[in-house]
Amino acid sequence: MSSSDAAIVATSITKSFKQVEVLKGIDLEAARGTVLALLGPNGAGKTTMVRILATLLKPDGGRALVDGYDVVQDAEKVRSLIGLTGQYAAVDELLTGMANLTMIGRLYRLCTRDARRRATDLLEVFDLTTAADRVVKTYSGGMRRRLDLAASLIANPPILFLDEPTTGLDPHSRNAMWEIIRQLVREGTTLLLTTQYLEEADQLADQIAVIDTGTVVAKGSPDDLKRRLGGERFDIVTSGPAAFARAARLLGARALQSDPDTWTLSLRADEGFQKLYETLGELQQADIEIGGFSLHRPTLDDVFLRLTQRAAGDDQKGNE
Amino acid sequence: MPSMAGIQPLRRSRAFWVFSDTWVLIQRSLLHIKEDPEQLLSLSLQPIMFVVLFRYVFGGAINTGGVSYANFLMAGIFVQTAAFGSTTTGVGIATDLQQGIVDRFRSLPIVQTSVLTGHVAADLIRSLLALVVMVATGLLVGFRPSAGPLAWLACIGLLLLLTFALSWVSAIVGLMGRSIEFVQQASFIWLFPFTFASSAFVPTQSMPGWLRTFAENQPITHYVDAVRNLLLGKPVGNHGWLAVIWGIGILVCAIPIASYQFRHRSAR
Repeated sequence: MSSSDAAIVATSITKSFKQVEVLKGIDLEAARGTVLALLGPNGAGKTTMVRILATLLKPDGGRALVDGYDVVQDAEKVRSLIGLTGQYAAVDELLTGMANLTMIGRLYRLCTRDARRRATDLLEVFDLTTAADRVVKTYSGGMRRRLDLAASLIANPPILFLDEPTTGLDPHSRNAMWEIIRQLVREGTTLLLTTQYLEEADQLADQIAVIDTGTVVAKGSPDDLKRRLGGERFDIVTSGPAAFARAARLLGARALQSDPDTWTLSLRADEGFQKLYETLGELQQADIEIGGFSLHRPTLDDVFLRLTQRAAGDDQKGNE
Repeated sequence: MPSMAGIQPLRRSRAFWVFSDTWVLIQRSLLHIKEDPEQLLSLSLQPIMFVVLFRYVFGGAINTGGVSYANFLMAGIFVQTAAFGSTTTGVGIATDLQQGIVDRFRSLPIVQTSVLTGHVAADLIRSLLALVVMVATGLLVGFRPSAGPLAWLACIGLLLLLTFALSWVSAIVGLMGRSIEFVQQASFIWLFPFTFASSAFVPTQSMPGWLRTFAENQPITHYVDAVRNLLLGKPVGNHGWLAVIWGIGILVCAIPIASYQFRHRSAR
């Protein structure tokens, strides 16, 4: 990818807060019209990275270009091209939904009439029309998030930063948010989103950068990463030591791992369900009794176990 | 997503945006006043209590020479109202920081200091409204000014200059990034010694020497004496221009500091 196609390019970004090195040389690139997800646990440095790209923080080292403009030298130009929605809904509690959007629209340099028109349209899209004239104090968490995203979209910026857009949302609101994000991407918006959830990155991203303690530990498409992780896993728990020994003889070559203590065999589950039926059929024919089975999707913990050989949960809650 | 057809950001000069951005954010603060009238109420209620307290409880024991205590007191009350009116800027900015909306403003292509100016302008409007209430209160308790229209204008100008200057100081406190409660306390606490160790409520002649030296040379006293003399039709002396110089001096220091803080503020 040549850098003229890239909407976001970051090279060797470093940042420290009070001697704590939060970013240790991050390289990122997002092509125009694609979604780049920064995946990582709390304290990994995701928010710091977004704040640098959104011109809110200056990097200590390295260089970042947004649509070809330097985030430090051309900060004001960059600001006219981006929309930012952070972890906390950044809207004015004392204003109505309508007043919030009109204000942001005018600050994006739309004229009053256009700002009002955009506000009306977006309130409609985000299902907030009936709440338009209520002060935001009275909104629910999901409504605030939607209003916050609407505010970022008011001038239709070509590049959007979403910092954990669904953290703390209920499943219904989360799905609605995903649908909106997909719609934006279909219309050509370049999106950088941070998330702690592998599933979210998997659903939305074209490229994922896994970040841990200030470094990119893996990069690639969701499929790439899943292939490297081995994808889904099917655990078969046999009924006892004897059954386990026989099952291990029968399936041993195919097993990803076998655990004699729990009488469990783990198989790959990403080759389709037909394969699983066949395996279960073989066990039945061999008269091997099964105590239970379960399907495991790779979790963020698995990602980190594989990529960093340690659990994400052990990560110190650092400065983000 | 709804169509953006026909919608384009305007192209204007930088000078235009300084005014436009500031005006949009002043409008925001005006809506705050409308949505949160308690703020205005508490801003007026407190000085009304001071008027009653000083006029009827302490006033009888205070010797103000040839001037009635009501006439002496009101200049002090006006200056106190103008000074305390500056504190909502700090609280407003601290609230913005806490709500995260400062991050949004800082990510917008706007003239950055307009966010601060919006709060400061709202303080001026609130102060003006509170001063109207205080003049009415004064008239009720026996305040009989003998100032002409020009002297009144000069008074209002001085009082608003004081609010304006102290609002920028309050902005610095608000931008320290502490809790809203801290900002609320901190904005008031430093004002207390200046308003009370001044000629606002008692003549400075009654104070011990060291305190009197402080009281007679600090800005609030210049404001009080200038306003009092203007209202009572007496010569203003040096107090008028000293008050103006203090106001401008505070602004020259506070505006760059607050602007710097705002640009470098990294809210959590």
